[in-house]
Amino acid sequence: MTETAGDAVRSRCIGETTVIYASDYLNKLSGERIERECQRQLESGCRSLVINFRDTELVNSIGVSILMGVIDTAERNNAQLVFSNVNNHTVELFQMLGLTRHVGLAQDEQDALGLITAERL
Amino acid sequence: MAFETQRLIHTFAALSDLGQEIADQGDFQEMVRGSFHLLLGSLAIRRGALAEYDRRQGVMRFIATRGLGSEFPDLLPLSTEETRLLFESNPGAVQADRPGVDPVGTYTRVLEQMGVELSIPLVVRGDVIGLVLLGEKASGEPFSKEDRELLQSMSRHIGAGIKTHRLMEELEHKAEENRQLYDGLRTIYKDTVRAFAAAIDIKDKYTQGHSERVGRYSEIIARELGWSEDRVEGIAIAGYLHDIGKLIVERDIINAPYRINAKESKELNQHPAAGFEILEPIHHPYADIPLMARHHHERLDGRGYPDGLKGDEISIGARIVTLADSFDAMTTDRPYRKRRTMEEVVVDLRACTGKQFAPEVVCALCRALLKEVNGETNERRFLKLLGKGYIENERIAPLIAELISELDPQESSKAAGTF
Repeated sequence: MTETAGDAVRSRCIGETTVIYASDYLNKLSGERIERECQRQLESGCRSLVINFRDTELVNSIGVSILMGVIDTAERNNAQLVFSNVNNHTVELFQMLGLTRHVGLAQDEQDALGLITAERL
Repeated sequence: MAFETQRLIHTFAALSDLGQEIADQGDFQEMVRGSFHLLLGSLAIRRGALAEYDRRQGVMRFIATRGLGSEFPDLLPLSTEETRLLFESNPGAVQADRPGVDPVGTYTRVLEQMGVELSIPLVVRGDVIGLVLLGEKASGEPFSKEDRELLQSMSRHIGAGIKTHRLMEELEHKAEENRQLYDGLRTIYKDTVRAFAAAIDIKDKYTQGHSERVGRYSEIIARELGWSEDRVEGIAIAGYLHDIGKLIVERDIINAPYRINAKESKELNQHPAAGFEILEPIHHPYADIPLMARHHHERLDGRGYPDGLKGDEISIGARIVTLADSFDAMTTDRPYRKRRTMEEVVVDLRACTGKQFAPEVVCALCRALLKEVNGETNERRFLKLLGKGYIENERIAPLIAELISELDPQESSKAAGTF
């Protein structure tokens, strides 16, 4: 397992899966960091992504747009994508906007990793 | 929370964020990117593009795209007819619902293949600004009437933001043009003034270059006094023109190879007032130039002419030109005498300060001189004006420093350490 942080968004690799940790407010700056990290991980051979929203209180429209970009990127790369630890308010937002049609939601990170393993089987 | 309430909150937040993005015109690219994200994110639209219309080249140039793939073109050339249709389609009209009026008709099939469902022309106050192309929503639902109204409203805001940016660019461009024009006019003005100065000096065969030098000395003193560049330029102009009134004085009097008599002196002494009369009707880009010419023979003790002003009645500008004029007279040959040595000039300056010359102005001239004598500056302004060997004398620096300390005791400690 490897872990990276610093100026870039914090992430950790577990085999071919990367867990990326979103910050407290998903806006242009933090959202684009996540997008870049997803792209970087997929280019380096990662086959599935978990975005952990445990610290995220709010996702604005820019955040939604960026997450749409992440979904697109994952689809183009035939990679699995799961969002975990999403608070109720944000789950409702994602459902209302239809993001949940394109991405799996998991209660927590462990569930997300389990979901990915199950889908791969 | 009910979906409808959630949707309203999300929509209001998107509109509010959009207002902030557009208001922040500092970085246009950032504004465009942020606004475009907000447009897509408001309804979770999966793909889209925002184009700015380049009127000169007749093309829609894409400035933000999302999810349309690398094959999506950078620009769409538009025919005049297509531009007209864009113009006529009204701001924000969503074309998908209006068959028969397609602003990007040539590209309809291509855009459809790329997943574009809606096109929204950006037309602000009759000006085609750009185009928004949008793909499907993540929900897979068709765009509702409310969705289209929201997108229309947001696009109008973005169009206004782009138009404001364009106007700002045009304004900056015009301001730059005006600045260049102004600089050009200033150059012409200065060249004209120097031509005048040369014309004045040609009349006096013994003092050729006098006006130019007085301008230079005035500039040096003003700069030493900490004046702004604009005021320094102004005082230099006053120096160049201070003797313009001599144009009305008989050449024989100006060129008399002897000390002129009282009658001739009276005529010669009319030149400051005459200079004022010549300069006063002209709109100079600098303040008080006519007055500086009028008062360059006034004295602090009130014994000067033409107005017999005293002390503070004489402006600082006129005091500077007065000293610059006299300093050049002392340091150049005249028909009836050789120029004074620098040591003699220092003696004369000391004797005349407080009577004829203002102490702070003499002090500033001396400080500038001392800096050059002591090599504290690489500029050789005095050397160029006075010629080689005039101030490069080891006795000069202590004399100037002593005069500075007499005129301004606060300067004495600084001056004492410099030679």
